[in-house]
Amino acid sequence: MSTIDKDTARKVAHLARIRVEEENLPKLAEQLSGILSFMEQLNEVDVEGIEPMTSVTPMRLKRRVDVVTDGNQQEAVLKNAPDAREGFFAVPKVVE
Amino acid sequence: MTNDLNKLTLAEARNGLRAKKFTSVELTEACLSAIEGAGALNAFVHHTPEIARAQAAAADARIAKGDAPAMCGLPVGIKDLFCTKGVPSQAASNILKGFKPEYESTITAQMFDQGAVMLGKLNMDEFAMGSSNETSCYGNAVNPWKVDDRQLTPGGSSGGSASAVAADLCLAATGTDTGGSIRQPAAFTGIVGIKPTYGRCSRWGVVAFASSLDQAGPMTKTVRDAAIMLQSMAGHDPKDSTSADLAVPDFEAMLTGDVRGKVIGIPKEYRMDGMPAEIDALWQNGIAMLKDAGAEIRDISLPHTKYALPAYYVIAPAEASSNLARYDGVRYGHRAKLASGDGIVDMYEKTRAEGFGSEVQRRVMVGTYVLSAGFYDAYYNRARRVRALIKRDFDEAFAAGVDGILTPATPSSAFVLGEMQDADPVEMYLNDVFTVTVNLAGLPGISVPAGLDAKGLPMGLQLIGRPWEEGELLNTAYALEKAAGFVAKPAKWW
Repeated sequence: MSTIDKDTARKVAHLARIRVEEENLPKLAEQLSGILSFMEQLNEVDVEGIEPMTSVTPMRLKRRVDVVTDGNQQEAVLKNAPDAREGFFAVPKVVE
Repeated sequence: MTNDLNKLTLAEARNGLRAKKFTSVELTEACLSAIEGAGALNAFVHHTPEIARAQAAAADARIAKGDAPAMCGLPVGIKDLFCTKGVPSQAASNILKGFKPEYESTITAQMFDQGAVMLGKLNMDEFAMGSSNETSCYGNAVNPWKVDDRQLTPGGSSGGSASAVAADLCLAATGTDTGGSIRQPAAFTGIVGIKPTYGRCSRWGVVAFASSLDQAGPMTKTVRDAAIMLQSMAGHDPKDSTSADLAVPDFEAMLTGDVRGKVIGIPKEYRMDGMPAEIDALWQNGIAMLKDAGAEIRDISLPHTKYALPAYYVIAPAEASSNLARYDGVRYGHRAKLASGDGIVDMYEKTRAEGFGSEVQRRVMVGTYVLSAGFYDAYYNRARRVRALIKRDFDEAFAAGVDGILTPATPSSAFVLGEMQDADPVEMYLNDVFTVTVNLAGLPGISVPAGLDAKGLPMGLQLIGRPWEEGELLNTAYALEKAAGFVAKPAKWW
């Protein structure tokens, strides 16, 4: 069905937010194509009328009262941040 | 006596502690020195001797007072995928370098509440993606079993856990299993590993790979130990919405070894082309053993088995691509050094390129592709439909009266580290061929060591049970273990 070319590989890498250098794109495209052709066996299966599985066990998700159960943990939340300043996560400029 | 305490099973150590034959401190010291002498296995990647000694002393005090749950004072290793408070928890990835959680996973919290002793964190494949422990940022974990000079894989992704238990560095270890990551390494190292029913153990605080498939479980020296440790890991957790609010039975009490009248299904689709004769012979032996023990053997069909692996390699990467989106260099772990003028997208892309290894990158990108506009139906939804059919195969077998299913655990015994380096990624995926169906159907599955191959390496058989019936599954495994009489241990070379 589909093979992945260099341009598609570049696009997928960008969508996944993973920098892939230009010279590594052909190899990546080849590997992704191999994996996809493996997946294409699934086209042999008759799935007419079968619902996609969302939950492996037929159980209703539990609900809880909509109240605050946690909070006031700014220090713990920021503790592992690579760059935290004045109680915030710091990142490079987002808006030009 | 104290020299060999690390070689005890959980049950033996528990009984010895209660009988005051030795202390948890002595037991813990024996494990700590075994770990110190086993650097060559690269199983323990973060050592926590101070925590272990403090927990052992506290456990001894509890035992002295007569307040000793089963796991009290028993030294274990914890897979690096579990968040342990204040202790590095990296999922064997450079992207979580330096991450020390501010919280404790539900499973480890339960185990520590019951007095278990943590010796350290165990090696694994990066984000549990791998079948040989070769994708770890810590380097390969090594199998204590070998036949010549070459080092063998302990399997993956719970390779460090398997290696540590098989080499008697700890009495038992936690593992996690998304496509076979407990059962395949258990089979490669001659130990027992059980993946419980999806929802039996809380996933809270366990670094997520594929949330609809991930399930934690114990890796132990015996089936009885698996029952003891699963008891301490299982149970409902309000913090995991998929954790089952069901009573947890007394698993150990269910080990009678009596399987008379139980119906064991033998699925014909698991007889793969090119399956090594030794694996087939092992399987036939297992069938004979359960038959001798009084079980009824029945040929069954699970017609969609062939499609489990391709379905898994759509669904698991899709979920991984979503789960791993959180590693963006903002909240925890690694952030790439940026060039002047780099914006936030550069930060994401450089951070993730530096932090993720090649297998993880590949799976995230596969997942991104199958979820992307135009391909979602063709790949992801189709795989979820096939998954429903795979589960239906099992449902129908159980509805027809099958109590358990016996299959090989792996298509081969442990292979040489590095041997698959140049292979196509799909070839490595074939390791999961017998185990992955169980994750897709959410069932409990256990790997039991059942023999040695001609090279002298352990091989395992897999039993698959009905949902929520880990107790009965463990009992069948117990009968198989008794009949197989597997007692071989690796000769110490490390």
